[in-house]
Amino acid sequence: MHPPAAPSRPRVGAHAPGPLGGVLRGARKVAEALATPLVPSDYLDLIDPLRSGADLRGRIVAVRPETADAVTVVIRPGRGWLGHVPGQYIRIGIDIDGVRYWRAYSLTHRADGTAAAGIPAGCIAITTKAIPDGKVSTHLVREARPGTLVMLDQATGDFTLPSPAPAKVLFLTAGSGITPVMGMLRNSLGELADVAQVHCAPTASDVMFAAELQGYAAGGRLSLTLNLDDEHGILDLARLDSVVPDWRERETWTCGPTGLLDAAEAHWAAAGAADRLHAERFRPTVIEPGEGGEITFLNSDLTVDADGGTPILDAGEEAGVLMPSGCRMGICFGCVVTMRQGAVRDLRTGDITVVEPGDELPVQTCINAVAGSCDIEL
Amino acid sequence: MTLAPERRTISPTAPHRVAPTHASTTPHGINPRLSVTSTTPRPPRPALRKSGRPDPAAHLTPEQIEGIGHELDALRKEVMDSRGARDAAYIRKVIKVQRYLEVGSRAVLLFSNVKVKGVRPAWWLGTAGLSVAKILENMEIGHNVMHGQWDWMRDPKIHSTAWEWDNASPSSQWKHSHNEIHHTFTNVLGRDNDLGYGILRVDEDQRWSLFFLFQPIWHVGNALLFEYSIAAYDLELGGYLAKKNRMSEQEKATFRSNAKEVGAKIRRQATKDYLVHPVLSVPTGSARTTLTANVVANLVRNLWTNTIIICGHFPPGIETFEKTSIEGETRGDWYVRQMLGSGNISGSKAMHVMSGNLSHQIEHHLFPDMPSNRYGEIAPRIRDLMERHDLPYVTGSLGKQAASVYWKVVQLALPNKVDGRRRRDVVRLAAKKAWGKKSLDRF
Repeated sequence: MHPPAAPSRPRVGAHAPGPLGGVLRGARKVAEALATPLVPSDYLDLIDPLRSGADLRGRIVAVRPETADAVTVVIRPGRGWLGHVPGQYIRIGIDIDGVRYWRAYSLTHRADGTAAAGIPAGCIAITTKAIPDGKVSTHLVREARPGTLVMLDQATGDFTLPSPAPAKVLFLTAGSGITPVMGMLRNSLGELADVAQVHCAPTASDVMFAAELQGYAAGGRLSLTLNLDDEHGILDLARLDSVVPDWRERETWTCGPTGLLDAAEAHWAAAGAADRLHAERFRPTVIEPGEGGEITFLNSDLTVDADGGTPILDAGEEAGVLMPSGCRMGICFGCVVTMRQGAVRDLRTGDITVVEPGDELPVQTCINAVAGSCDIEL
Repeated sequence: MTLAPERRTISPTAPHRVAPTHASTTPHGINPRLSVTSTTPRPPRPALRKSGRPDPAAHLTPEQIEGIGHELDALRKEVMDSRGARDAAYIRKVIKVQRYLEVGSRAVLLFSNVKVKGVRPAWWLGTAGLSVAKILENMEIGHNVMHGQWDWMRDPKIHSTAWEWDNASPSSQWKHSHNEIHHTFTNVLGRDNDLGYGILRVDEDQRWSLFFLFQPIWHVGNALLFEYSIAAYDLELGGYLAKKNRMSEQEKATFRSNAKEVGAKIRRQATKDYLVHPVLSVPTGSARTTLTANVVANLVRNLWTNTIIICGHFPPGIETFEKTSIEGETRGDWYVRQMLGSGNISGSKAMHVMSGNLSHQIEHHLFPDMPSNRYGEIAPRIRDLMERHDLPYVTGSLGKQAASVYWKVVQLALPNKVDGRRRRDVVRLAAKKAWGKKSLDRF
C-alpha cells in the first residue's frame, strides 16, 4: 500500500556537488550493495524509524481526552516532517490487531512548532471522535497508547485560510468538523479581525475544545454560537440570519457531516454567495456493500457490470483488460492488484472487504467478486 | 488441456489479448476448485493406478470428499478470522532477529582471520550466524511472505508483491513456478515439475531414462548448488534449451528478459557476498576468510533448504497423481490431493522455525496463505481428520525422511523391476540406443 506521493526529500548526497557529493554517492552505492536484496533503510529503520530520510512515521506521545468519546492524539513526527498549513489534514496509518488502516485527520497543533493548548513543541496533534463502527477512530479513542509507532503522510488539503486573511470570517462546523477550524484558530486567530463561529453538537458535553472556544469568546476574539441539537434541534440555516446577520458577506469555511455541507452549499448558492463558501468533506461517499455491481478499471478507463458470483479476474478478462493471473483458486497471489476503493466479497468464505476512499488495498482478483462497486488499478 | 469446463466463451468483440509473461494456469472459465460442491459428477477413482500401486483415496465417496472440503474450509476460516496482533508480532520479531543476526554475524566476520590459540573463533561464529540468518530469511520469512501469508497485515514492506529474498532466483519468477504451478498441481505427474525438478526420478510412475542412471550425482550437485538450480528451474532454462527451435519469437524474448533478470539478481547477490564484504574485511587481513565464510554460509543454506524440501514430497508413502485425475477437481478433491501429496517432518520448535514451518508441509499445502506460525497449532486436527478418513499422514524425523529420499534416489536411478526382464538389460539397451557403441556390451 503506497500512500499518495508525498513531497520526497532528496537523498543524502544525491545532488551535492564536487568531491563530497562523489564520496557520498559512492558510500550510498556501497551501502546498497551491502544490503541487497533489502535496502539500507530496512536496517536503519530497526535502529531509528523516525530518522531523517526514513519513510515518514511518528510516535504517539500522549492521548488526551477532549470529551467522553473524543481524544487529541499528540504525535512526535519523524525528522522528515515538512510542516503544514493550518486547516490541512494528514493520513495516519495505524496497526489495529495486526492490520494497518489509513485514515485522514485534521491537524490541530501550531504550524510554527511552538507549544500550545498542551501540545508540546515539535509535536503534531489530531483530534478524533469515536464514531460507531469506526474502526480507526474507536481504536484511537479507546485503545491507542503512548509509545505506539504510526505511519504518516505529509500534510495536504486546500481547506486553508488565504493570505492575507479576509477581514470577516464565518466558521460553520458540526461535531468533529471543528478540528480543521481549531487548527486555524490556534494558528491564525491573531490575524483575523472579525470571526464568527457557529458550531453544532448533540449536547454541551459533546462540544470539543469547549473551554478553549469559550475562552476565545470571553476574550472578545470571536463571537461563538453553539447549536446543541438536543436543545435547539438540528441547525436550521435560516437561523443564521439572526445569529450572524452578515453571513453573506463573510468568507465561510464549513466542515461537518454530509447533511450540513449539502444544506450549506444549497443555502449559500441560493443567496448567490457560493464562491464565499469553502467546504471540507472527509467522507464524500460511504461504501455500502452489495451483491455484484460495477467494476471500474482505472487505467483502462473501463467500467463493467459483474454479478456477485463472477471473480473480478474473469470479469476483467471478459472485458479485454490484461489481468495478471495465476492459480485461479486463491492460493498463489499472482493476480493481486490494487483496489483503490470499493467493496469485494471472497467467493470462498463470503467475507466482505471494504476499502474506503483514500485508503487502498491489494486484493486477489481470482477469488473476489465485486460487492457494490470497486475501483481496480489496471 | 483445459482444467475447468468452459462455461463461457470469450466475447467476439473483446480485443485481441497478448498472453501475459507468465500465462495463466486456466485461461478461462470459473475454476471448480473454488467450490467444494460440484454440479458435474466426477468418475470414481480407480482402485489401482497405472503402475499397479493402490490409490489410497479410492475408498472415499464424493460425499466424504465434500465433507472433507467443508471441514477444511471451516478450519481455514476459523484460523484466518483469528489472525491478529499476536501473529503480526511474531513475523516482525522473526524479521528483526534475522536482521540483527545477519548484521551481527557480518560484523564478526570483519575479523574472521584473527587467530586465538590456532583457531579463528570469529570465522566459526560469523559463519554459523550467517548460515542461520540466510536460512531464516529464505525459509520462515521469504518463502512465507512471498506466499502472501502476511499480506493481511497490509504492511507494504512485508507483502507478497514486494518481498525480494536472499537467493539467486528473482522472487517474481519463483512465485510463478512455486506458488502457481507447484502449489496448484502438487505431485501431478507431468504438471508439477517440482517432482524431481526435471533432473531426478523420485517416483516409480516417472518414466526412466538413461539420464537418471547418474541421478545420485545430480542430486548431490543440485543440493550443493540449490539456489542456482532453483533459479535455472524457475527460469525454465531446461525447457528453453530443449524447445528453443520450436519457440516463437515472443516466447524467446520473454525468456531473454527473464534470463536478464536472473543474471542481474545473481550479480547483485554475488557482489554482496563475494566482493563487498570480503573487501570490507581487508583492513584486518580477513578478506580471504570472509570470502570462505560467505561461500560456506551459502552452501550450508543450500544443503539445508534442499534437505527440508526433498522431505516435503519425495519420501515413501507420499502419493503422486496422473494428469487425467485432476480434471474437474473440486476444492475437496484438491484438499485430498494436497494431503496425500505432502509429508511432514517431526521435531522441536527450533526445527520448525528453521524449516520455515515446511516441516508442516501437509498443513502448508492445504492452506499456503495461512501464517506459518499457525501450522503447528492445526497439525493435530489435520492428522485427526486424515486418520478418521483412513488417509495416511506421512511424517518422520528429519534424518529418517531425508535418508529415505537419498535411498530412493539411488533405487530409482535404475528402471522399475518388470517381470521377465532384467533391469541390467533395460539399462544396456538404453545405453546402446544412446551411444550405439559395442563397447558397452561388457555391462
